[in-house]
Amino acid sequence: MLWPLFLLVTAIHAELCQPDAENAFKVRLSIKTALGDKAYAWDINEEYLFRAMVAFSMRKVPKRETTEIAHVLLCNVTQRVSFWFVVTDPSKNHTLPAAEIQSAIRMNRNRINNAFSLSDQTLEFLKIPSTLAPPVDPSVPIWIIIFGVIFCIIIVATTLLILSGIWQSRRKNMEPSEMVDAEDKRENMITVENGIPCDSLDAKGGHINDAFMTEDERLTPL
Amino acid sequence: MEKARPQWANPLQFVFACISYAVGLGNVWRFPYLCQMYGGGSFLIPYLIMLVVEGMPLLYMELAVGQRMRQGSIGAWRTISPYLGGVGVASVLVSFFLSMYYNVINAWAFWYLFHSFQNPLPWSVCPLNGNRTGYDAECEAASSTQYFWYRKTLNISPSIQESGAVQWEPALCLILAWLVVYLCILRGTESTGKVVYFTALLPYCVLIIYLGRGLTLHGATNGLIYMFTPKVEQLANPRTWINAATQIFFSLGLGFGSLIAFASYNEPSNDCQKHAIIVSLINSATSIFASIVTFSIYGFKATFNYENCLNKMILLLTNSFDLEDGFLTASNLEQVKDHLASAYPSKYSEVLPYIKNCSLESELDTAVQGTGLAFIVYSEAIKNMEVSQLWSVLYFFMLLMLGIGSMLGNTAAILTPLTDSKVISSHLPKEVISGLVCLISCAVGMLFTMEAGNYWFDIFNDYAATLSLLLIVLVETIAVCYVYGLRRFESDLKAMTGRALSWYWKVMWAGVSPLLIVSLFAFYLSDYILSGTLRYQAWDASQGQLVTKDYPAYALAVIGLLVASSTMCIPLGALGTFITRHLKRGDPAPVA
Repeated sequence: MLWPLFLLVTAIHAELCQPDAENAFKVRLSIKTALGDKAYAWDINEEYLFRAMVAFSMRKVPKRETTEIAHVLLCNVTQRVSFWFVVTDPSKNHTLPAAEIQSAIRMNRNRINNAFSLSDQTLEFLKIPSTLAPPVDPSVPIWIIIFGVIFCIIIVATTLLILSGIWQSRRKNMEPSEMVDAEDKRENMITVENGIPCDSLDAKGGHINDAFMTEDERLTPL
Repeated sequence: MEKARPQWANPLQFVFACISYAVGLGNVWRFPYLCQMYGGGSFLIPYLIMLVVEGMPLLYMELAVGQRMRQGSIGAWRTISPYLGGVGVASVLVSFFLSMYYNVINAWAFWYLFHSFQNPLPWSVCPLNGNRTGYDAECEAASSTQYFWYRKTLNISPSIQESGAVQWEPALCLILAWLVVYLCILRGTESTGKVVYFTALLPYCVLIIYLGRGLTLHGATNGLIYMFTPKVEQLANPRTWINAATQIFFSLGLGFGSLIAFASYNEPSNDCQKHAIIVSLINSATSIFASIVTFSIYGFKATFNYENCLNKMILLLTNSFDLEDGFLTASNLEQVKDHLASAYPSKYSEVLPYIKNCSLESELDTAVQGTGLAFIVYSEAIKNMEVSQLWSVLYFFMLLMLGIGSMLGNTAAILTPLTDSKVISSHLPKEVISGLVCLISCAVGMLFTMEAGNYWFDIFNDYAATLSLLLIVLVETIAVCYVYGLRRFESDLKAMTGRALSWYWKVMWAGVSPLLIVSLFAFYLSDYILSGTLRYQAWDASQGQLVTKDYPAYALAVIGLLVASSTMCIPLGALGTFITRHLKRGDPAPVA
């Protein structure tokens, strides 16, 4: 007696979940590409987890908190691995609108990806575009900072070179007038002998060498 | 008492100045292209022949003239013959045109250098579109590196007619580039002599590092084998020889007056023959060295793109036919494709338009030269390397050193005649003259920072120097050999350096080199005339690729003006001297 009912239920399920059915989405997984040697096989238990994740996402939508795992139907599982899924309402007669499912999946995409150790590229929901992460935009672009630093260094170096050139030419201009006053200023010039300024030798003061008797002492002062 | 002429602190500074001037961007972005297009390894044969027959003799001649006359280009040629002052003026004018647009390349190098300090590199990812569901449309159509170059750096307009506004970012970089050049030339040979140690040596350091990195890249050997495999049949193609001659000619920077300027600061007894041979050999060796690096980078990039293409095809087929993930690999791709074509013909025909035949050869065949190679192809290869920021910084720093080294020569060619002229140098000090030249060039260079700036850049790059230089060097050779007299020049050189002039140089100067230049000149003229209207490549943002367009009338007028202004200086200068002499002779004529 239960057989007709079972057949009916299966038939309805079959109608609800079909490729390109209304409100159905195709999912594609690339497990080997993502995980290489650590790839897991796709079996019924993985399907159960998937259905659980979809049900979890739908439960976060207001008015759909009563979604159960049994409401999520999978069909046409291929070797790829790819399949179609729909989410039915509690009466199991209608499928939930695509827009709701889409927004629910988008909100929880990260959790779904993490449950399978996959990413947006390896766990694809066709027709559900993923939100791309915006690039980090600092308030001041980095290149302007570096530009400013180098610009200031160059300006400082140029100014120093120009100024030192001006000082040098001023000193050259002042040299002819200095030659005239040289004799007056000779005592102010620092004489250098063997690289040592004579001042430090204290030529004016001198050291008294006691080995020599000074002339003054031998002669009787006048 | 006359101020003593400034001199290089030691002969090594002179050699380094010549090397850093001659070794420029052309060695990096033009020679590898020529090598690839005209026969790979066999291109070296015409290249080396032209080096010995054309490059060394002409280089020696320019250095000898500069060292003997001890003046910049205008004064030197006026000393050779009073009617030839126009040759010097033409050189200065061509150098002026060159420095105006050449420094824009340094500005772009600065721009890329400053942007290399980010993670990820800005040209490695496409920016997102408005609603963040995908990437910017132009960037998708082209590639991220092309998008960064054409949109972010140049902000290029669709054609040369739409000039757009001056872009402030490249303008800032241009101002910085000119400041750096001004800083280096500020004190004449005193400052230039020290800077050339860096600009000559640092590029080699970077090239060696890149050689090490390049040869160890995955796929580098593909590039090297493909590019260097000799295609001996190209030797029969006259264009191969013409391009080899042209490359030697322009690579050494003959005719601009820079070499004369540099040599004029030499001691008269300097052995310029030895230096000429050294500089030309180093220049050619650097070209070959740089092309090894470039080809390994090409190989890496081509292999990377080829493998990407294969992966895309594998993904496409796996998704369309729901095959098991990981079943399709590069090795069984062809077999599986055939199997699918026969097993599911209808579905296969649906997918067929999207299937591309991935070929490593076609990737390697994309030959690029110029700014496209330097800023697009190289940056594309760099973004795929590990620690890409480091490689990026090194590479653009090397471009900067090469560019600034060449700029030093260009500005020396302009400033030496100006500072030699008593009229100008008595009123203005050296620093002010340099500053004015830099300021004027910078102001005109702002033209190249507009949205259509790159199109004007290409005009200047292709036409400002090419024909005029050939004519200038031809007149120079004839002047030295026949107007001044080869015997007189030979005895001058012997008195100056103490060495006798070998018969080889005499034969080259008097016969072979002028013939070569005449044939090059004739070839280029006929090429321009035969090709009819001139065209340029414009960037189409919607398609994401270059399209060919015709130049408008005013652009053709500018091209004509560029060529005419420098070439006309020679006859006009002769005419001017003739008239002034005639007037001077005519005035005191006694009435009979």
